[in-house]
Amino acid sequence: MTSKERAKREFSLVINGEPKTLRAHPMERLLDVLREQLGLTGTKEGCGEGECGACAVLMDGALVDSCLIPILQAQGSNIVTIEKLAGDARLCALQEAFLECGGAQCGICTPGMILAAQYLLNRKPRPTMEDIREGLSGNLCRCTGYTQIFEAVAEAARRGVSA
Amino acid sequence: MEKDHIIGLPAPRKEGRDKVTGKARYIDDITLPNMLYGATVRSRIPRGRIKKITFDPGVPWDEFVVVSAKDIPGKNCIALIENDQPCLVDEIVNHPEEPILLLAHPEKHLLPKAVEAVNIEYEPLPAVFSIADSERRSEIIWGKDNTFKTYLIQKGDVDAIWEKAAFIVEGEYFTGAQEQLYIETNGMIAQFDPKQGITVWGSLQCPYYVHKALMALCGLPEDKVRVVQAETGGAFGGKEEYPSMIAAHAALLAMKSGRPVKIIYDRAEDMVATTKRHPSRTWHRTAVSKDGKILGGEIEFTIDGGAYVTLSPVVLSRGTIHAGGPYYWPSVRVRAKAVATNAPPHGAFRGFGAPQCLFAIERHMDRISEAVKLPPAEIRRRNFLKPGQTTITEQIVREEIDLGKLLDRALSLADYDSKRQRFAKQNESGNCRKGMGIAAFLHGAGFTGSGERYLSSVVGMEGRADGGVRILVSSTEIGQGTNTILCQIAAEALGLRYGDVEIARPDTTEVPNSGPTVASRTAMVVGKLVQSAALGLKQTLAGCGMLGRNYTPEEFRAACREYVSTQGQLRSFAKYEQPADIFWDDQNYRGEAYAAFAWAVYVAEVTVDLATYGVSVDDFVALQEVGRVLNPVLAKGQIAGGVAQGIGFALYEKVEWRDGRMQNGQMTNYIMPTSADLPPVRIFFEEMGNTHGAYGAKGIGELPMDGPAPAIVNAVVDALGIPFDSVPVLPENIFEAVSTTGARENTVPSAGRG
Amino acid sequence: MRSDPADCELVAPANLQAAVSLLADDPGSWLPIAGGTDLMVQYAAGTLRARKLVSIWNLPDLRRVEVLPGEIQIGAGCTYTDLREHAVVRDEFPLLVRAASWTGGIANQNRGTLGGNIVNASPAADSLPALLAYGADLILISVRGERRLAYRDFHVGYKETKLAPDELIRAVCLPRHFAGYVSYARKVGTRSAQAISKVCMAALARVEGGIVYDVRIAVGSVAPVPLRLTETERILDRKRVEPSIVALARKTAAAEIRPIDDIRSTARYRAAVVSNLVAEFLEKLRAGDRP
Repeated sequence: MTSKERAKREFSLVINGEPKTLRAHPMERLLDVLREQLGLTGTKEGCGEGECGACAVLMDGALVDSCLIPILQAQGSNIVTIEKLAGDARLCALQEAFLECGGAQCGICTPGMILAAQYLLNRKPRPTMEDIREGLSGNLCRCTGYTQIFEAVAEAARRGVSA
Repeated sequence: MEKDHIIGLPAPRKEGRDKVTGKARYIDDITLPNMLYGATVRSRIPRGRIKKITFDPGVPWDEFVVVSAKDIPGKNCIALIENDQPCLVDEIVNHPEEPILLLAHPEKHLLPKAVEAVNIEYEPLPAVFSIADSERRSEIIWGKDNTFKTYLIQKGDVDAIWEKAAFIVEGEYFTGAQEQLYIETNGMIAQFDPKQGITVWGSLQCPYYVHKALMALCGLPEDKVRVVQAETGGAFGGKEEYPSMIAAHAALLAMKSGRPVKIIYDRAEDMVATTKRHPSRTWHRTAVSKDGKILGGEIEFTIDGGAYVTLSPVVLSRGTIHAGGPYYWPSVRVRAKAVATNAPPHGAFRGFGAPQCLFAIERHMDRISEAVKLPPAEIRRRNFLKPGQTTITEQIVREEIDLGKLLDRALSLADYDSKRQRFAKQNESGNCRKGMGIAAFLHGAGFTGSGERYLSSVVGMEGRADGGVRILVSSTEIGQGTNTILCQIAAEALGLRYGDVEIARPDTTEVPNSGPTVASRTAMVVGKLVQSAALGLKQTLAGCGMLGRNYTPEEFRAACREYVSTQGQLRSFAKYEQPADIFWDDQNYRGEAYAAFAWAVYVAEVTVDLATYGVSVDDFVALQEVGRVLNPVLAKGQIAGGVAQGIGFALYEKVEWRDGRMQNGQMTNYIMPTSADLPPVRIFFEEMGNTHGAYGAKGIGELPMDGPAPAIVNAVVDALGIPFDSVPVLPENIFEAVSTTGARENTVPSAGRG
Repeated sequence: MRSDPADCELVAPANLQAAVSLLADDPGSWLPIAGGTDLMVQYAAGTLRARKLVSIWNLPDLRRVEVLPGEIQIGAGCTYTDLREHAVVRDEFPLLVRAASWTGGIANQNRGTLGGNIVNASPAADSLPALLAYGADLILISVRGERRLAYRDFHVGYKETKLAPDELIRAVCLPRHFAGYVSYARKVGTRSAQAISKVCMAALARVEGGIVYDVRIAVGSVAPVPLRLTETERILDRKRVEPSIVALARKTAAAEIRPIDDIRSTARYRAAVVSNLVAEFLEKLRAGDRP
């Protein structure tokens, strides 16, 4: 084992409901661990500076930017990524609504948007448009101008978000 | 219009499911076995000669693959229009961040250190950083005179009009650079095999542009270069020509190492090193009659192209042709030029020259309205192009467009008159000033003039073994809806269900060259070819008696299955043919510039907060005539997104330059609008059809970029009574203007206005 | 990402005592990292010089809020979301809650901490003017024990504080005596949300019979440190808000600040906006708006 390998430590987390143990340097970004070690490429890097929200995941139920979290600080936590939100066969209400309302154009901001929307709806099942705007204010989209994204979130709220 | 069964319906995004589940695979989601990561060593000076390159100790250089210009097997250039842009600097650097060396290593975390450890000594040369500096020609940095390209349009007798004019109105207008800021940065993976040649996968708009560039760079024939588009996270023109550069870099590293190589730019590198919208300067001098009609004028349109030619001639062309706006000019002279500066080359960005010159003419129309003392709406009404009149390139307006009526509708939707009256009162006191602004404009779809004939696009359609059909085009999905609308068109043309049609991933070994995904041409031009190819497929089946005149989708599928099982393959190709009424004189820049124009009027309502000098856009009406709305959800999405980018262009997005290098290359400091900065945009369509477009469609992708900046700035001017002729208008600019001249205390309209 | 994770050591002490012990072992060599919303940005940009970091994220002793009769002690490890959701903070310290709501997006607020904001000492930090306006005290902790310091003395220069190399901020103390005060907070950023501020003001005062008492005006982004406009406060104290006083306050405020030109804005603009915001605050006092 190289000295570099030796400097890696073991971390245990629950990812999308499944316990995982992995080896990593403590300062590896949670984003990179998810994408590269765990193959969960649904979470994206758009800026690396906590501005665009494309890397958003839920950590112990809280919406966070995974590009700003060293894996050590995620030790023992419960992480939910876009891959969890629905089973293979069906889509959750948010995903359906995004499809119907045009909430996804190029799609790169979509996983982070959906996570942010999920977090919002978990806490405010009947959000106003202002709530939606605020809840998604940390997620940048260059394609849609946001309107159809907000419509999608409002529509999902009307239908009741499935877990 | 006859009732169609899928055109005009909100068919769900073809690849949407993958996008909302996180399954869509963008280039950084892909890893190949044995892959290396690549990085680029870039110039730190704007211009100069490389004297020496050394490699600092402390880096395991023997583990690295290092590529320089000497490693280029073919020509050291990125083939585009002229071949003046090197792939890697050989000796002379012409802009900051110019690529000099390439490095690759299995561990991507070692690359930034290695890049920092490459020491380059330069002998600096004087550099040029602005249009004015470039024109001065005290330093020649390109060609003989720093000029990439010029155009001249002359219509009528401009020199004779000045003495007849009741008013002569002059103005100069500026637009700054704008960063495309797609949320997915540029990325490529390349692989080389001595027998198969080079394969690249990447985030890109135009696979065949990359294909052409790699052939020249690698010295490989057509069939030894393969380009495949990965799911692309936004482009807006920023991935039209630039991908050829990053593909070339990945290819060179792959060739030298014998291993696949991935290069992904981080945000900072992408912002400082890749293309931006061309900065522009437009000067207008217009002769106007006493009743407010344009008699003619002179227009000088200049764009800053950065260090190499790249696409500047084409950006210049579009800007030149749109310089007159949607108005009738009995005579006009347009002198246009693209000049060189020592900045990274500027490139394609949605609108492509039109947002620049349309900002100018629409600000100028308001200036004319002030001089002539007619309201902004009226001055436009009196000068709008009418059917039968000619544009500045002497293209006859053949469709029955009534721009006056479009304007009236937009104003009514915006509640323009009553709001302006109310604002005039409100502006008498308080800490806010409100205003309304209008922009009327047009956008030509497709390549200019003979451009589409030159492209000679080919579209294929394939019957599958399972009876469905597959569209074969090089047109890429970049979020705008290519996959969806082309499938809708094919389904409509064949009488099939949307689900019966799929579209192939753009892979140059599998799809023909249907031209680049640019110029708002995909729905209109490529879509029409999809219609034709579909009909060809139908005819083949009908021709062998497998399909009657009327059939159900299931019957089609059965016929298709039978044909494929007995004949082996069912394919149909359609090739672009220039319509007979499109004639373009490239020498004199005269004739039918575009097969179709979309027309629009946008109205903005703003509030200027005199405590912070900030502008908020409170309401925005976007009304456009687009031929045919193929998919209402996608069409609305295009307008909403384009308006958002236009609002950014008008009020927020400023590139801070120092010595040719962008200083604010982070998302924290390059300000794009968040949802909190955008009003609800009210979007309305009119549909007049278009004989040259699929099911009557015109292009709409770029149109919404043209209107917001002039509408908003006109509104700010209306609110404050102070002219602003440059975008972006930042609060700092408003502060400086207000403290010098003082905001208009009383905005009660003077005689003739309001 | 321009840093190599293999180059950095990061440890997670089990509690606050363990954390300060580590800092004491080798003062200055371990950099505390809480929510990471500042440090991880530097790390990704390749500009973080520290190679040894100690995580103080989510230590219970740092993330408590103690409500006492005369003051509230907010753990330095409280996140902006914690602040926004705490009933007493919400009810009694609106300037702080508003500042928290302006800091980044929701994801940033879930991780950014009050202590981190203070120690990072950016003059543009959103919550610092609120702390100055409320007259906060800091409780600092090290192996040598605790000490209490007036927050207004904490910043001594640009990104220079009185924090000793082996110290952490344990809590921020706010006096609970602002019932009935009129408060005013405004952030002027590069855009409406998720922006770094160009000017940030937090102000409050008591108004009785039209006279202004105990006025506090704090501003960020107009000096190397967040600033209390003490001169402006002095000329407003026990005055009625009238045009002449407003004009004087504007002038005094503009003279007290030392704004600069930087990548986001200009000194002249900042000065003008501060003057305007002071006038807005005074107008709010004059109009007798409730907090």
